[in-house]
Amino acid sequence: MSDGPQRPNPDELLSRVQADERQQARGRLKIFLGYAAGVGKTYAMLEAAHQRLAEGVDVVAAYVETHGRRETEALLAGLESLPRQQVEYRGRVLPELDADAVLARHPALALIDEMAHTNAPGLRHPKRYQDVEEILAAGIDVYTTLNIQHLESLNDVVAQITGVTIRETIPDRVIDETTDLELIDLPPDELRHRLQEGKVYVPEQAAQAIRKFFRTGNLTALRELAMRHVAERVDEQMRAYMQTRAIPGPWPAGEHLLVCVSPSPQSERLIRSARRLAGELNARWTALYVETPDRLRLAEAEQDRLAHTLHLAEELGGRALTLAGRSVAEAAVDYARQHNVTKIVVGKPLEPRWRQLLRGSVVNQIIRAGGPIDLYIINTGPGSARPTEVAQWRPHPPWRRYAQATILVVLGSLLGSVMHRFLAPTNLVMIYLLVVVIAALYLGRGPAVLAAVLSVLVFDFFFVPPSLTLAVADTEYLLTFLALLIVGLLLSDLTARVQEQVETTRRRARETGALYTLSRDLAVAVDLGSVVQAVEANAVETFGREVAVLLPGADGGRSLGLYAASSDATLDEHEMAVAAWAFEHGQPAGRGTDTLPAARLRYLPLSTARGKVGVLGVWPTEAGRYLTPEQRRLLDAFASLAAVAIERVHLAEAAGQVQLLEATEKLQSALLNSISHDLRTPLVSITGALSTLQEDDVRLDTEARRILVDTAAEEAGRLNRLVGNLLDMTRLEAGAIKVKREPRDLQDVIGAALRQVGERLAGRPVEIDIPPDLPLVPLDFVLVVHVLVNLIDNALKYSPPGSPIQIRTRPSDAEVAIEVADQGVGIPAEDLDRVFQKFYRVQRPDSVTGTGLGLSISKGLVEAHGGRIWARNRPDGGAVITVALPLSESVEPERVT
Amino acid sequence: MTENALRVLVVDDERAIRRFLRTSLTAHGYAVYEASSGQEALSAVIGDRPDLIILDLGLPDLNGIEVTRQLREWTRIPIIVLSVREEEATKVAALDVGADDYLTKPFGIAELMARIRVALRHTEQPAGEPVFEVGDLRMDRARRQVLMVGNEIVLTPTEYDLLRVLVQHAGKVLTHRQLLRQVWGVGYELETHLLQVNVSNLRRKIEPDPSRPVYIITEVGVGYRLRAE
Repeated sequence: MSDGPQRPNPDELLSRVQADERQQARGRLKIFLGYAAGVGKTYAMLEAAHQRLAEGVDVVAAYVETHGRRETEALLAGLESLPRQQVEYRGRVLPELDADAVLARHPALALIDEMAHTNAPGLRHPKRYQDVEEILAAGIDVYTTLNIQHLESLNDVVAQITGVTIRETIPDRVIDETTDLELIDLPPDELRHRLQEGKVYVPEQAAQAIRKFFRTGNLTALRELAMRHVAERVDEQMRAYMQTRAIPGPWPAGEHLLVCVSPSPQSERLIRSARRLAGELNARWTALYVETPDRLRLAEAEQDRLAHTLHLAEELGGRALTLAGRSVAEAAVDYARQHNVTKIVVGKPLEPRWRQLLRGSVVNQIIRAGGPIDLYIINTGPGSARPTEVAQWRPHPPWRRYAQATILVVLGSLLGSVMHRFLAPTNLVMIYLLVVVIAALYLGRGPAVLAAVLSVLVFDFFFVPPSLTLAVADTEYLLTFLALLIVGLLLSDLTARVQEQVETTRRRARETGALYTLSRDLAVAVDLGSVVQAVEANAVETFGREVAVLLPGADGGRSLGLYAASSDATLDEHEMAVAAWAFEHGQPAGRGTDTLPAARLRYLPLSTARGKVGVLGVWPTEAGRYLTPEQRRLLDAFASLAAVAIERVHLAEAAGQVQLLEATEKLQSALLNSISHDLRTPLVSITGALSTLQEDDVRLDTEARRILVDTAAEEAGRLNRLVGNLLDMTRLEAGAIKVKREPRDLQDVIGAALRQVGERLAGRPVEIDIPPDLPLVPLDFVLVVHVLVNLIDNALKYSPPGSPIQIRTRPSDAEVAIEVADQGVGIPAEDLDRVFQKFYRVQRPDSVTGTGLGLSISKGLVEAHGGRIWARNRPDGGAVITVALPLSESVEPERVT
Repeated sequence: MTENALRVLVVDDERAIRRFLRTSLTAHGYAVYEASSGQEALSAVIGDRPDLIILDLGLPDLNGIEVTRQLREWTRIPIIVLSVREEEATKVAALDVGADDYLTKPFGIAELMARIRVALRHTEQPAGEPVFEVGDLRMDRARRQVLMVGNEIVLTPTEYDLLRVLVQHAGKVLTHRQLLRQVWGVGYELETHLLQVNVSNLRRKIEPDPSRPVYIITEVGVGYRLRAE
């Protein structure tokens, strides 16, 4: 890293421009920063607001606390104020900022006092600054006030200065992103003076503590802190300005700080220190937790603390990272090398000295391995060094394993007493060595140590002369004892370590296995239902928690609906609102998160690179335990796998629809071709015949003229029927055909139809069978005649010349059936239904003309009567088309589609 | 129907079309034979030994292209294909496999008679005269000379070849592929732009008004035809 002038790197410039753009889309935040209550932040904010109002800006006081001060109230009176939200909590009604009201009112500028305020439970966010962030995200400018001690990274410094730990803090990233920071200053003496005059608001119950807080020394220190912070920021802005405009200057090299954290309570302090150091160096920083075999089994409290520490690092603007490794030093230095870390920060070792001698201290290891990397050691203050209560993980309770170790030694000794006669005592040691190895392998470290110690004692007592005493005659045996003991200890340690590492590997394998199983299950899932089922089944198995999958509804994805849940429990309105928030903002919400933590479930947005597809809700276990960081990571991986799978299903559906559309288009163009062919074919004969008649130079005899004229006339009639059918079809499809049902005599209807078919019936015997007692049938005369003409035409076309046509009517209770039968070739069995489809024609070698519309039109007309139509073949050859018309007049005609 | 009347085979699956064609062609002095499918047509060509075939492209069994291809394996008998407008590609394919000409349905009988005459003339004089004359255009293939109203026109070798091929088949349609293969050679069948450019240049030299050509007629979507009479 050179200290010389450095060109602004393009990525940095880009991110700066993007930050500017983001800033433009977001509202601008201005913070009136003070060092203590009473310096006049609210007053200054209101004054500034009035100035903006005078400039014509739409200003709204969303939440301003006047504490009853008259000057402040006077200033506030001139501004539009939004109503506050009244939240009931433990019998008291607390006024709170109504963020939704601000969003709904959508002013250009909102005034929101006391940014560090903690919201009453039950509100959307636990902290007011989160409300502010949401309002900013909506493009509304915000003026707010803040005291310096509420800044997260200064929290412990302030605690050191004042002896008061502030619980209401805001993360530094909030203030780092803001564009304006105005320091509201008042000399400490004047502030104290105001306090004595009662001009500073002091809550009754804490008056004593507050007065202690307002000591001049405290105030001066806080004032300095505030001023320094603002000055640092000004400096940063200056550097940023110079860098964007490529003004040569001594920028600090691209520093990268790595802070190694542990599950200990001191890590939080370590993080804060690292953040301050990074701030001063203007460096990026990363918090690293190395999961060594020793740390595999953390107690629950430790897991939570670790999760909290890593979360804090992210809050403070750092990166949080967990790596698995054999030792902290090794993993940290490896990471540092790979990521150009320039400085490593560790806490001052708190282990007892002997332990360090035994295992080596992390600090020394990093110094040796780190090479050019600077190492900072931070004093993290007193605290219990060893993590409390290591969780049990051995298969048996400890006392049993120790008992088993003892039994092993006894068994070894019994064997020894048998062998004693054949072996020298030094060789008997081998039996004990075996005992120690077995104990180390199967019982763990403690029992192995016990076995080693017991072995030495028993061996001495029984086998080393003088027997049955602990005295030793030959001093050489001391060496044997020592060797036995050391070998036992080393072995037990070694095997225990190996087993622990095996355990880590197993756990990782389980995680990988879980992900693999899920992705395999998802790969074979073809529809949404099976994808969701796979996600649920795998989540229940892997996390032991019930889950729910929520997907956007059909209404353009605006509202979220519960798609499926692995348990029977339902989600109430409130839970759905939390899920909707997570979906809309693409961030986790609910239990264990920053947003709406009061919710019962934790909601993870399911999103892919293309967008959001849904939300995964996770129920807590019955014991109400939080997820560990690993589980959380695994769950995130689950969520993204699920999201991709759901998206895949969506895309497949879309592709399927496109295919369907293409098929429809193909069908349509085929229909168009068929129609145009059918329309043009008669025209060929007509045009050809007429143009022949037109020619002057050809002598046509009378017979030739007659043939040509007949051809033209027949084909013109065919064309007319074709066009008529097409028009009928169109009218039928458009719903333009009105059915007027009146009671009619079927004999009359059939007669009219036969007349219309007319000459085409020439040479064909027609057998009509109508029972004399046939009632009148309510029908539309014209339309049913049309249907019958179509059916008779069909019968003529598909049967040989001269063969008879039969028409029969058969009444039943509710309807009357009319059958038109021929003695032709019949209809292939697979076509019996299809003949009623539009443009469908039974394929026949000898040419039969027509559009394939006749039967489909008939079907439409019959259904408009509320009737049915179907086809069947006669056993002795030929087809029968049956039309059944309802006898009751009230039948609603089926909707024609 | 006289003993030495020219024999025409009409292949169409529409009875009405066959009927009017038979009537009209008989009135024009041709002997007419009918077939209603591709298979029937193939056997009729052997049995009836027609001098010309009028072939509908949309047959129920074999399509017109297949019928043309099978016939061209052993006979040069002139084939005029009938098609509807939607069958553009089929029509070109039929011409490419060896059909002599085409007519789009519906058509006037005079048009059909003219096509029949052109097709039959070519079979009568396969080599052709060295001198070809139509309107003011005169081409003397023996002297490699092209004259317009008696004035010699200077053509590039490609333009000359193009005109020579068109003259060889005067009155008949030539598809883009056929022209490209005969003038430029095998492998150039898809280089339509070469053809466009040369036809355009040739028209500028021989047509009185190149935008309304009277000698080289464009057959939309198919190819070109040189006026024969």
